[in-house]
Amino acid sequence: MVATKSIKFLVVFVLALTSFTAFAQDDAVENNLVDSPDEIREYIAHHLKDSHDFHLYTDNASGTHYGFPLPVIVWTSNGLKTFMSSAFHHDDNGEVVVDKDGTKIVKYHTKLYELEEGAAALSFDEDHHPTNASKVIDFSITKSVFGMLLTGLLMLLGFGALARGYKKGNTIPKGFSRVLEPLVIYVRDEIARPNIGDKKYRKFMGFLLTVFFFILILNLLGLSPLGFNVTGQIAVTACLGIFTMIIYVFSGSKDFWAHTLWMPGVPKILRPVLAVIELIGFLIIKPFSLLVRLYANITAGHFVVMSLMALMITMKAAFGPVASTGVSLLLSIFIMFIEILVAFLQAFIFTMLSSLFIGMAVEEHDEH
Amino acid sequence: METLLNDFSVGLFFMQAFILLILIVLMRKFAWKPILDALQTREDGIQEALDSAEKAKLEMQNLTASNEKLLQEARLERDGMLKEAREMKDNMIATAKEEAQAQANAMIEQAQIAIEGEKNAAMAELKSHVAGLSLEIAEKVVRQELSNKDKQLALVDSMLADAKLN
Amino acid sequence: MYNLIGAGMIVIGGGIGLGMIGSKAMESIARQPEAAGKIQTAMIIIGALLEGLAFGALILGK
Repeated sequence: MVATKSIKFLVVFVLALTSFTAFAQDDAVENNLVDSPDEIREYIAHHLKDSHDFHLYTDNASGTHYGFPLPVIVWTSNGLKTFMSSAFHHDDNGEVVVDKDGTKIVKYHTKLYELEEGAAALSFDEDHHPTNASKVIDFSITKSVFGMLLTGLLMLLGFGALARGYKKGNTIPKGFSRVLEPLVIYVRDEIARPNIGDKKYRKFMGFLLTVFFFILILNLLGLSPLGFNVTGQIAVTACLGIFTMIIYVFSGSKDFWAHTLWMPGVPKILRPVLAVIELIGFLIIKPFSLLVRLYANITAGHFVVMSLMALMITMKAAFGPVASTGVSLLLSIFIMFIEILVAFLQAFIFTMLSSLFIGMAVEEHDEH
Repeated sequence: METLLNDFSVGLFFMQAFILLILIVLMRKFAWKPILDALQTREDGIQEALDSAEKAKLEMQNLTASNEKLLQEARLERDGMLKEAREMKDNMIATAKEEAQAQANAMIEQAQIAIEGEKNAAMAELKSHVAGLSLEIAEKVVRQELSNKDKQLALVDSMLADAKLN
Repeated sequence: MYNLIGAGMIVIGGGIGLGMIGSKAMESIARQPEAAGKIQTAMIIIGALLEGLAFGALILGK
């Protein structure tokens, strides 16, 4: 049983790696393989960004793309516009202009721009910044949003099944729920309870559990061959960090605010200075470190994995195809295992630090 | 920092906030609340079972302790009864002995008194016998002696000498 | 260029810090193996804080 499972896992794993390498080839501009360091760097940078269609694989021989388009929803100067991302025809250089009821929209380096009145094509300054277009607010169902929706669905299904199992009267869960239950208990007993305190932890369990599994599943999805990089999007981690900040700011006890704004036990002249420092710490530095840590870890992980896979291309000239592929495969498998560990670790640390900060905020001091 | 800000997508941020908020609400309602409640009730049940097992064990201990105590008491009582019986027996023997002794003493005393009386009586009889015998002998001696004058005088003299010595 | 030098310095500092955290944690675990769980959690938290600092600096310099 275990053997067949591990073989299955291995197959999935190898598939994951091979499809990553397939990715390393699919971004070629029509029959042009990614094979120079510059192209690899650009390809990795492109992967790390969000994209507007779900792109799995491109057949270089025929030039067909495999994947599916996702809806684009943009707030422009003329109101809300929606269309499918297939309208761009896989263009990412601002060449294809989508005309939607007189509003001209182009995609340049995964960002959507609205062309100014009268402009027919995007023009750039020396730094490759568009000059005759303005950014739009992009509410599209991008690949990241799609990943989040998928994660939400998975969570609702998985934990809904666990909850239904309990409701049916099974005190011991069956099947996959058996894996989820210890994780829930772990979050409750090892993360929330010791940091927030036995009396108050219950109120924050909804947030902590949701965030823990949200980050964990998205991290693991990012390691799958689907090529998500959701927790490596700064907007996503910023949102998570800001949620934590809002929660601990609004659930702060009287003692917490007293300590933050008027620290007892220090000279009165220093107290306003300390208050400013504490406020900056709580409102900016702590959420910033939370969001940057997650973002940087996941981005760095993806970067390293993809760079090691690219070794098989960059080292081919020096060591031959077999040696370079072997070295790259070995190194990327090794790093992949570390990345799986990091996926868990980052979910744990985000939740841990969130509950630590919440614990600091809700703590009541009896001794004063 | 600049690239970071450039990468920051406001739309994605809002979508994420929206999705996360809805997810938190839904998960709270449909998953976390029932799961945590079920875990809590299960843990309470386990705790309760453990507590009651502990209680039963304690009760069992109490029961055995009280049994032991009863047994101890019974043993003590038995011992006491045995001791009492032994004492009673000893007492009875002692009193019987005493009584027997006293009776024997009394009998001995009576016997002694009787013996003394008999002896006295015998002595008195013996004395009267001896006195009669002596008188007879004396009568016969005196009758024979007084037939001779010289002998009478010698007797008187010896008697006188004896009296002097007395 | 200067960015890269700064990044190198950040990595050196962070590496020294992580090394110290790790070595002290190992020593503590060796001294008190029964407290290994607590020490590990504390180690990971401190490591995470350090990491946040280093990443923050790297990102700000990028």
